[in-house]
Amino acid sequence: MTTATKDSRKTVRGRPQLFTSYAREMSIFNTRVKRNWAIVGILALGILPFLLQRDMVALLTTVLIYAIGGIGLNLLTGYAGQVSLGQAFFMGLGAYTAAVLGGESKGDVIGLGWDMAIWLPLAGLVPALIALILAPLAARVRGLYLAILTLGLVFIGEHIFKEAKPITGGAGVGRAPADPVFLGFDLFSNQTILGYRIDRFTIFYFATLVIFLVLAFAARNFVRSRFGRNFAAVRDRDVAAEVMGVSLLRTKTLAFSVSSFYAGISGALLSIVIGRISPETWNIFLSIDFLAVVFIGGLATITGSIMGAVFVVLLPKLVNWITGFIPGAGGIGDGGLLNVFELQTIIFGLLIVLFLILEPRGLYGLWLRLRNYFKAWPFSF
Amino acid sequence: MEDLIASLVRGFGLGGLYALLGVSFVIIYRATGVINFATPALMILGAFFTGSFGNAVGLPFWLSVLLGMAVMAIIGMIIERVALRPMVGRPAFSAATVTVGIFIILLIVAGRLIGSELLTVNDPFGLNTIDVLGARLFTIDIARLVIALAAIAIVGLFLTRSRTGLAMRATAFDQETSLAQGINVGRMFGLSWGIAAAMAALAGALLTAGSSGVETTIALVALKALPVIILGGLDSIKGSVIAGLIIGVAESLTRTYQPEFAPWLGANFDVIVPYIIMIIVLMIRPYGLFGTKEVVRV
Repeated sequence: MTTATKDSRKTVRGRPQLFTSYAREMSIFNTRVKRNWAIVGILALGILPFLLQRDMVALLTTVLIYAIGGIGLNLLTGYAGQVSLGQAFFMGLGAYTAAVLGGESKGDVIGLGWDMAIWLPLAGLVPALIALILAPLAARVRGLYLAILTLGLVFIGEHIFKEAKPITGGAGVGRAPADPVFLGFDLFSNQTILGYRIDRFTIFYFATLVIFLVLAFAARNFVRSRFGRNFAAVRDRDVAAEVMGVSLLRTKTLAFSVSSFYAGISGALLSIVIGRISPETWNIFLSIDFLAVVFIGGLATITGSIMGAVFVVLLPKLVNWITGFIPGAGGIGDGGLLNVFELQTIIFGLLIVLFLILEPRGLYGLWLRLRNYFKAWPFSF
Repeated sequence: MEDLIASLVRGFGLGGLYALLGVSFVIIYRATGVINFATPALMILGAFFTGSFGNAVGLPFWLSVLLGMAVMAIIGMIIERVALRPMVGRPAFSAATVTVGIFIILLIVAGRLIGSELLTVNDPFGLNTIDVLGARLFTIDIARLVIALAAIAIVGLFLTRSRTGLAMRATAFDQETSLAQGINVGRMFGLSWGIAAAMAALAGALLTAGSSGVETTIALVALKALPVIILGGLDSIKGSVIAGLIIGVAESLTRTYQPEFAPWLGANFDVIVPYIIMIIVLMIRPYGLFGTKEVVRV
């Protein structure tokens, strides 16, 4: 093992695509460039909040949360090939699990006020458990049937959320989310660390960053494991996979549960950023947002999901900024041809359509094209 | 007794609408293998055009409905040509996701066109009622059922009796073989979208008739046609008519009796009844009442 690693290290230097061992080829960063980019990316994520305005830090936190949910949906849709519109439902489950366990009691609304170390894992596990119960049903149907089934789940879920007043506060009223107090340390209040005063948005950003990194690396590892290969087999040809001994029921159940775990964590964190959650938050349009993260980012790539999350969350800001330069476009209200919200939603829909038609591999595909262009530069191939 | 008759008739009216929307889904699914998630937006746009022809231009209701359907048929064909044709040969779920994108775009466009002013479709039914066996029935419910069934019958006749209908059915059966027989398969796809969009427009006009006005919030009603096509079978027109009526009546009966007999299920429980029926159907008979059982092979 040691000599093999040494040899492969040596060969990597000049010829990055030459792998002399399977372990090397399957490793999480199989080329040096990938590893370096990952390090640069993580460093950038660490430095960014100190350079940005406070509201941008909050937005960046939302990006990370969307990335977590997007990675979850990508595991299910991109890797295992099961299209789900139910992401919003599982996010809602996660958010309310967190709120009940970690929030405060107020009036009729239940809140146990436990520590984040308890509610955060449970915010993922409870949706995963519900998914486990629903999975045999979901495993019976394939393709578009599953999309319709999960769509129904969102509507039924919204109804339950509206009616379960002790848990959710009821329609139009809502409740406060969980308090992010981790082992007694409040992650959403201004703190002084080593003499530096750090505001609560930055603190919570770093907490989210840690959770995001753990979950992203876990997903990256998961998809190159035996289970990840099972997912791909089921996606590419489910009957063939079954014939070869991959249990369809078990694989789909696993995909559904893992995806819901990610959705639950993402929902719990998102509820803290939103500040107050109402049952109407977890509707079909939130699911479409996440579908967009996956499809715009690129199917079956973790990096792509992160790109997709950046894109989907920052798009409104970008549209806002651009419309500032175009006279006549985008007044608030009925003044212009379209207001900013309408414009960004249309662009959003248009991008889903355009990416699917022109570049099905998504933003990640665009990145591959760009990379390959410069790799061969100045030749065209 | 009066309650029962009234809610049955309302259920049949609703069921007619669901059947119409279900057929709209089925026609596109049969031709292209895609579930058209843009149907709700097509329905609202159809209602908008009907309302505009009725109010702004001042045409009678029947004429404005027909014109609204024609406009939507053209829009449907354009959407197919621009957004769906390039997706031929790609996985069905990619094409379905394209329609999700179109749904978002069209919903915003419809909201913008409708604006903040009240727009009615100018229908002759309004809140008129007739008394049958002591029960007070809304004429709009009867009109919905009759018009929907008539429209579906016309489409059914077109598919079974006309040359083009035969070509469409052949395309749905086997695209490559029909291509070899000289059928313009692309045109059949466009035609399917045109018919489906026109039926969605009719459903929109009928849904808004007898209610307060055209609003984008009622768009999600069209998604209840998804349980209908699951129950009826994705590729069966007959199935979606019967399933539409079943689900419409089930929803209406729930609305009448659930607050009295099962108040613990919460307010507006009837809205999610179609989805609950759908889940039960998927557990027992995933290919629906009249759908073709999917045969899989390696």
